[in-house]
Amino acid sequence: MQKPIDLPIHRFSDMALLLAGLALSAAPHAARLSWWVSGAAMLFFSWRLFIAWRHRALPPRWLLLVLTVAGMVGVYLTFRTIFGRDAGVTLLVLLLSLKLMEMRAPRDVFVVVFLSYFLALTNFFYSQTIPTATLMLATVLLVTASLSGASAPSRPMAANLRTAGSLLLQASPVMLLLFFLFPRVQGPLWGVPQDAYSGVTGLSDSMSPGSLSRLSTSDAIAFRVKFQGEAPPRGTMYWRGPVFWDFDGRTWRPGGGRLRPSLRFEAFGKPVDYEVTLEPHNFFWLFGLDLPASSPPNARFTSDYQMLSIQAVRTRIRYDLRSYTEYRTSDGNGEEEIASATRLPGNLNPRARGLGREWRRALGSDEAILRQAIEYIRSGGFEYTLQPPLLQQNTVDEFLFDTKKGFCEHFSGAFTFLMRAAGVPARVVTGYQGGDLNPVDDYHIVRQSDAHAWSEVYLQGRGWVRVDPTAVVVPSRIESGLASSVPQNTVPLIMREELAWLRGMRYNWDALANKWNQWVLGYNPDRQRDMLSKLGVSQPNWQNLAQLMFWSVAVVLGLMAAWLLWKFRNHDPVQAAWLSFCEKLARKGMARRPDEGPIDFAARIAPALPDTAGAAREIANLYAALRYGRTPSADGVARLRRAVGAFKI
Amino acid sequence: MLQRVLQPLRKYSRIYDFAQWFYRRHAPEPGTIVLTQRRVYVLPSRQGLVFGTSMVVMLIGSINYNLSLGYVLTFLLTGMGVVSILHTFRNLARLAVSPGRVDPVFAGEVAQFHVHIENPDRHDRFSLVLTCKGEMVSCDIPAQRVGVVVIRQRAQKRGWMPLERVTLETRYPLGLTRAWSYVRPEMRALVYPTPDDALLPMPQARPEAGDAISVGSGSDDFFGLRTYQPSDSPRHVAWKAAARTDTPLTKVFIGRAASELWFDFDDMPQGFDTEARLSRLSRWVLLATQSGARYGLRLPGTQIPLGDGEGHREACLRTLALFERA
Repeated sequence: MQKPIDLPIHRFSDMALLLAGLALSAAPHAARLSWWVSGAAMLFFSWRLFIAWRHRALPPRWLLLVLTVAGMVGVYLTFRTIFGRDAGVTLLVLLLSLKLMEMRAPRDVFVVVFLSYFLALTNFFYSQTIPTATLMLATVLLVTASLSGASAPSRPMAANLRTAGSLLLQASPVMLLLFFLFPRVQGPLWGVPQDAYSGVTGLSDSMSPGSLSRLSTSDAIAFRVKFQGEAPPRGTMYWRGPVFWDFDGRTWRPGGGRLRPSLRFEAFGKPVDYEVTLEPHNFFWLFGLDLPASSPPNARFTSDYQMLSIQAVRTRIRYDLRSYTEYRTSDGNGEEEIASATRLPGNLNPRARGLGREWRRALGSDEAILRQAIEYIRSGGFEYTLQPPLLQQNTVDEFLFDTKKGFCEHFSGAFTFLMRAAGVPARVVTGYQGGDLNPVDDYHIVRQSDAHAWSEVYLQGRGWVRVDPTAVVVPSRIESGLASSVPQNTVPLIMREELAWLRGMRYNWDALANKWNQWVLGYNPDRQRDMLSKLGVSQPNWQNLAQLMFWSVAVVLGLMAAWLLWKFRNHDPVQAAWLSFCEKLARKGMARRPDEGPIDFAARIAPALPDTAGAAREIANLYAALRYGRTPSADGVARLRRAVGAFKI
Repeated sequence: MLQRVLQPLRKYSRIYDFAQWFYRRHAPEPGTIVLTQRRVYVLPSRQGLVFGTSMVVMLIGSINYNLSLGYVLTFLLTGMGVVSILHTFRNLARLAVSPGRVDPVFAGEVAQFHVHIENPDRHDRFSLVLTCKGEMVSCDIPAQRVGVVVIRQRAQKRGWMPLERVTLETRYPLGLTRAWSYVRPEMRALVYPTPDDALLPMPQARPEAGDAISVGSGSDDFFGLRTYQPSDSPRHVAWKAAARTDTPLTKVFIGRAASELWFDFDDMPQGFDTEARLSRLSRWVLLATQSGARYGLRLPGTQIPLGDGEGHREACLRTLALFERA
């Protein structure tokens, strides 16, 4: 039972547990860190494990000091700074690995554990998905078990894990309350480092051959849409993104669209109401169905119908929109703008220019040229493919007349070029087309692979008209999506049509991920205000929230304390009554000696209790009978309690 | 009458309560001490403060980078820290501390106070640390068991050595909070005077003292063998004979019992102070017991008649330990 206080460096199992927890939180970073950092971390981890296993000596301090300085220099040389997100994470991993090498006493365990909590947090800079969350929960469990082990060195590992698990479980009500009630502030509090938002996939602010087909292999989610009422037909689901005007022979770039507070157009038909949950993509575009009639908060429009956020979309955002899929544009038809929509660069792509000029000569009217161009694309033997051949200098010519194989950026780019060559104002619009309905939660999911490019042509009297040359070549791309339009073996596995069961699983997973996004990741100041208003908090300002948070946490903790303290009590009424009797006497200086039986005790104290000696004796006898007697009487317990209650000195 | 006036006042006088509690806290408490909820204090440990600071930093990071899962993690850990306070408290509260055995020691030796700690509840207690004047000892106590903890204290001087205030603390389960309580069970160790280390033998029986009577000729004559008894000195074990017979045997000498000695406080060299005299007497008592002599003790004001055996030895040493010069 008794043991000397020794503060040994851990048993091997404790060390292995701590290292396992650390490794789990460092593992997702491994791919993102420089090779030398991952290598060093792995080296130190295995070295420490070996030391614990074989009870070897820790490396000398001077060596650690040298390694620390070397690590910092290395980080500086790699990143040219030691601040910022990536450099900071690298530094944290390095310092943690080095700290392991001088971990001797339990207080070092505390440092390592706290640092690994930080390390777990840094993973969320890069990914906040359910798998990451699960992994970090596992990390926290293992590391906390180590913490528990440090304060109770004699317990086996399984017991520590159980303790950590039950602590985390008991912490979760508090966590939920704090999560929902902690007054949320929209960050950032100060400027975040430049590298904070790198590495997001999505549309880019220019279009050149290959830029969209690269996206088509990514099944990352661009945004989710929840339609109120019936969803519009898939063929009309054009989600407008960046619009391009300027062409340099290879790359399309945006023109100078002027900003407007709202869009002006003539709408027909029924409006479509929906909610978009947009994944961060690090640019300003907000995606909406052509054409939005309402404006989300903090959004502006351009004269070419782009919807732009005031701040770059760096967190998942949600907005409600109303769109009309049938419309006639009546805006943005300035002369200058029309003129810039027919501009062509230098003297590249002579064959396409020639073809355009020829159409203009032969046909005359813009509508006729448009019909001719569509017919040309339809019957020209073009092939829609995810792996188009590489193009050299005259990209449009080579595509139109030589390779005839391309993805939507080839089709829309070449088509727009042809129209301009023929003198018809045209521009390229990129965005997304379509979207899969997830039958599990009725959300439409628009993925990066739904990225699309089409053209808009300006016709006198009709305004800007959408023409989708890709749809002309492969109507199925628009009607039923990418997977049905290209050979199956080039489509991402998950999108292939024969794997229906896999897709079913995928739908469930997406629905779960969506819930996660909506409620966990998307829980922001707005959502908090909404929820609290629904719960009946009349003025959800931060003072009210703080009060609500404080009191609810206090109540939960109070309940938990009552539960913890009562659940494990020894509920033996006989013992309880007897103890209370002994306590009454002890308060008067007549404590029962540990070796004294009840009868002896009563006999010993009898002389000191002139009035109540009889009662004391009766209590002692009752207790002895109940405790040690062969057949305790049925009402004995009640009698004992009554007698003890009435006992006075 | 006065009581009746004072009673309601007492009820509201926190200061009175506090003073009562404060002064009583330091007095030894008889019997079993139950660590009631009011006696258990909980505060964050240094690591707990560092943990709290980390949580603040993590929260600021989560706000700044809009990390929803950062909030989740921070709040989960914060909740865990807060819940661990309850567990730490629960790990200490309701324990019952009662005094156990304390064997007498010689001054300069280490006294061992056996303290019984009872866990009445249905959950185990871990990593309880008892600290008394720099001495630490830790123990675990399973549910509904009594643990015996030995608190070791070096005895400085002869007489009664009471157990000082013991701090009973725990940081289980996470080390972020420290719960502690002060107990002072009424326990004391009897400390005998240290036997001095002079090489002089004990005084011989002096005929002129009139008490020591020599019986028989040589006092160390071999008389015979008898079976070994646990109290026999190992020096008298007849090893050779024992090897032959497989039972341990003791050599019996005649004339041993005849050696009767009186140890006198006043019969000491010049310049010996009281403690030196007691130390000398203490050594003589030990030597005499070892050699099996009958001896008696004369001290100013008291006298212990002749006797032998363990009981006699202890009585003599106790007298020496508690001797007070009038």
